[in-house]
Amino acid sequence: MSLNPLGDFTRLHYKRRKATNILFCSLMVVSTLIVVLALGAVFGYVLYKGLPAFNWPFFTSLPKPVGEVGGGMLNAIVGSLIMVSLGGLIGVPWGILTGVYLSEYGRGKFASTVRFSANMLSSVPSIILGLFVYVILVKPMHRFSALSGSLTLAIIMIPTIARITEELLKLVPNHIREAGLALGLPRWKVTLRIVLRGSFSAIITGVMLAVARVSGETAPLLFTALNNQFLQFRLDQPISSLPVQIYTYAISPFDDWNRQAWAGAYALIVFVFLINLITRVIFKPTVKGLN
Amino acid sequence: MKLFSLILLSLCTQISFAATLINGAGATFPFPLYSKWFSEYQKINSEVQINYQSIGSGGGIRQFSDKTVDFGASDAPMTDEQMQKAGAPVVHIPTVLGAVVAVYNISGVQSGLKLTPEALSAIFLGEIKKWEDPRLTKLNPELKLTGDIIVVHRSDGSGTSAVFTDYLSKVSPAWKEKVGQGTAVNWPVGLGGKGNEGVAGLVKQTPGSIGYVEFVYAEFNNLSYANLKNKTGKFVTPSLASVTSAATASIKAMPEDFRISITNAEGPGAYPLSSFTYLLVWRDTPDAEKGGQLVKFLNWAIKDGQKLASELKYSPLPKSLVAKIEAKIKTLTFGKQKG
Amino acid sequence: MSPSVPIGDVRSLSSGTLINSTKKATKLIRNFTLKRDVHLADKIFFLGLLFTSFLTVILLASIGLFLYLASEKAIAASGWQIIFRSLWDPVRDVYGVLPVLYGTLVSSLLGVIFAVPLSLGIALFTNELAPKKLATIVGFLVELLAAIPSVVYGLWGIFVLVPLLRGSIQPFLIENLGFLPIFTGPAYGVGMFTSGLILALMITPTISSISREVFRAIPHSQREAALALGATRWEMMRLSVLKSAKAGVFGAIILGLGRALGETMAVTMVIGNRAEIVASLFAPAQTMASVIANEYTEATSEIHLSTLAFVGLLLFMVTFLVNSIAHLIISKITKKHTGTF
Repeated sequence: MSLNPLGDFTRLHYKRRKATNILFCSLMVVSTLIVVLALGAVFGYVLYKGLPAFNWPFFTSLPKPVGEVGGGMLNAIVGSLIMVSLGGLIGVPWGILTGVYLSEYGRGKFASTVRFSANMLSSVPSIILGLFVYVILVKPMHRFSALSGSLTLAIIMIPTIARITEELLKLVPNHIREAGLALGLPRWKVTLRIVLRGSFSAIITGVMLAVARVSGETAPLLFTALNNQFLQFRLDQPISSLPVQIYTYAISPFDDWNRQAWAGAYALIVFVFLINLITRVIFKPTVKGLN
Repeated sequence: MKLFSLILLSLCTQISFAATLINGAGATFPFPLYSKWFSEYQKINSEVQINYQSIGSGGGIRQFSDKTVDFGASDAPMTDEQMQKAGAPVVHIPTVLGAVVAVYNISGVQSGLKLTPEALSAIFLGEIKKWEDPRLTKLNPELKLTGDIIVVHRSDGSGTSAVFTDYLSKVSPAWKEKVGQGTAVNWPVGLGGKGNEGVAGLVKQTPGSIGYVEFVYAEFNNLSYANLKNKTGKFVTPSLASVTSAATASIKAMPEDFRISITNAEGPGAYPLSSFTYLLVWRDTPDAEKGGQLVKFLNWAIKDGQKLASELKYSPLPKSLVAKIEAKIKTLTFGKQKG
Repeated sequence: MSPSVPIGDVRSLSSGTLINSTKKATKLIRNFTLKRDVHLADKIFFLGLLFTSFLTVILLASIGLFLYLASEKAIAASGWQIIFRSLWDPVRDVYGVLPVLYGTLVSSLLGVIFAVPLSLGIALFTNELAPKKLATIVGFLVELLAAIPSVVYGLWGIFVLVPLLRGSIQPFLIENLGFLPIFTGPAYGVGMFTSGLILALMITPTISSISREVFRAIPHSQREAALALGATRWEMMRLSVLKSAKAGVFGAIILGLGRALGETMAVTMVIGNRAEIVASLFAPAQTMASVIANEYTEATSEIHLSTLAFVGLLLFMVTFLVNSIAHLIISKITKKHTGTF
């Protein structure tokens, strides 16, 4: 029995507000937990299934035909290494140069067109890039090849690296450029020797993240590099890659192959996570705001 | 460092310095056998390395015609239209015989499901939706059939589908009218799996499902498969013998270019869902070196290769046919166009 | 390097007597800047940069162009109505893109619907609730989620998620909510619903990290004002964070949608691969990306092939549109708050 009905009301009102507060705050915690648990579920299961098959022969032998136990993914590992490196060889300089242009000369209509194109290029689904390379390279060359696969991966890298480079170079204060120019250095030298070199380690970080991303790409390689059950070093031949091999094994009905798929997934995930971790730990201060 | 040199060492031992690299792609139906063949053949003849990717028969025909691969593989022979579009004369080389089996996953039913052509087509038309349908229980009074039927079919262009739909079109007018025959059709019901592997994987994982795969995929996966009623009214279990008997029954009608359908064959022992599977090669392979090696391989495949076939549940070619094919291989040329 | 050593090398300047060296330097600089090759080198450098940047633009344009050229036959055969036809029949060689569009849209929207509350929850948690260290760890974990390759999600989907959905979750939903048309039909396990779940996991990092950036850009005074007026934590977030971040969060969601639309491998592996329009979310379907992945290497007829290229063109245009909208919104927001960009 309160003498002040309004006070009762406010108290009740306050209680309700408090309850709502608790409800929503715990919802936030719950959603965070859900996502972290999902990550744990994916990673944990890959670990659980992949680790037993993740042995020495996995790295050193070729796939066995159906019905024979064992075998490894040497062909796929080598293929991925080749294509990612070659893709990087094309994509990294291209991306960096575009990024340098955007940051150092990037004013005006043309520059915004370039910037817009880079943004849009990074959002093109990778399968479409595969289709594109099939049309312009695979069909005219009359062959699936490591080269086509590498080119596709390069196209995926270009916009990512260009944008990271631009963002990083923009962080370099202008007075550093002015100092260089005041000393009479030509602009190209200021750009390459001072501006770019200063952000070098950060750019490497960006490049590594881009490499991590393309090393998991599957869809664009289906039409370009195809696959190969043998070890292959030639660039004009179909070549295997870890993600495509995982895909082939994953949808197959053979238990042996499914096991191999898990081992492959394990290898891929560990590689990608390591790169992420390394960039975190080593280049910590520079990574901020990259992602 | 030690690890690195070890890897390098093992790399070196794995590298085959093959002089000739040949690429092929196509049917998933004979893929287990082909993967065995190409791996064995490389041990015998180390100067050639044949890479085969199972992307489906439709893909085999297409990539072969586009000349992105050196040879194709298909279970369904190319149609006249496809051969015309290929731009140069194509030769079909039968390699082995296979069977398409109706695989199912019904809990408690390990084997012995009997199906008539009518029942099979009704299931795939979506007319029979439940396992307890009288049309099925009447055929299988001793089995306990319950639950929804989940149909699984191929999502890609497939020779297995071509064989299967060819059969259904022959036995069911309704199927012929509504769906038709082809490497890829507009399926009235069901789930799509990519490749024989995909279908087998889906059936294995999905209780209540029925699908169709090449025999070996059922065997390797311990999938149950149905006995089918053939043209003479007998229920036949798919086996090497029943497939060969279908082939022998049809061999008289074998045309010059080997393009033949042997589904719904005559004969009391003939399994009705049997088929040849083919390698597709150019009558004149442009690259002389590749052509030469390919011919060598083909000769090996139709003779020594046949021994590996029965191990993997493929029926070897009938003896009388092997001689015919050998004669055909002799007509193949290579590098002529260039000269 | 050699002609410019005395100028470029600062140490040599500081070594000699000051006046002397200054004089010398001025002279050298004058000589140097007058030399044509400096301008030439700069020009070459600039042209090189310009050229690569130009190539980047050309690359994007040629993707669109080649897709268009490859799909011309399909467009010529059935006109733009190809978009509205709901039949995908390789035997009669008749194709309509509607089922594929439907599958793409439904699975992506499902993904967004699942992902949005999760992402906002994480973004608010890390930005407004959690201590800084915990927030960093959670942020890193969420980024790892983005780093998992698509094919691994697919593998996990096939062997973990699909059996789980088929075995317990879908039958439960069908039993209890079966009166809704979206929860009917047999529990296949694979299908649009499953794809939606996996897509949600894949786009949560995108939406949450951008939302977090947007929240961060909101000045602290705004939060303090709310708290000073006696607002609870949640009221503060609702009134001063979420309200002002509305547009930015919308941009983040659109960006997430763009990613979901084009996702290929994981979706191809769990969607069931069947081009049909069915109301039930548990039904198998086909998306634009998955139909290309499944059929492009093996389509034999010209029209089939050309139609697949057309699907590619459509996907290209849709993601282009969606992403340009997202970028427009997001860049507007960041401009407003920081004054740069």
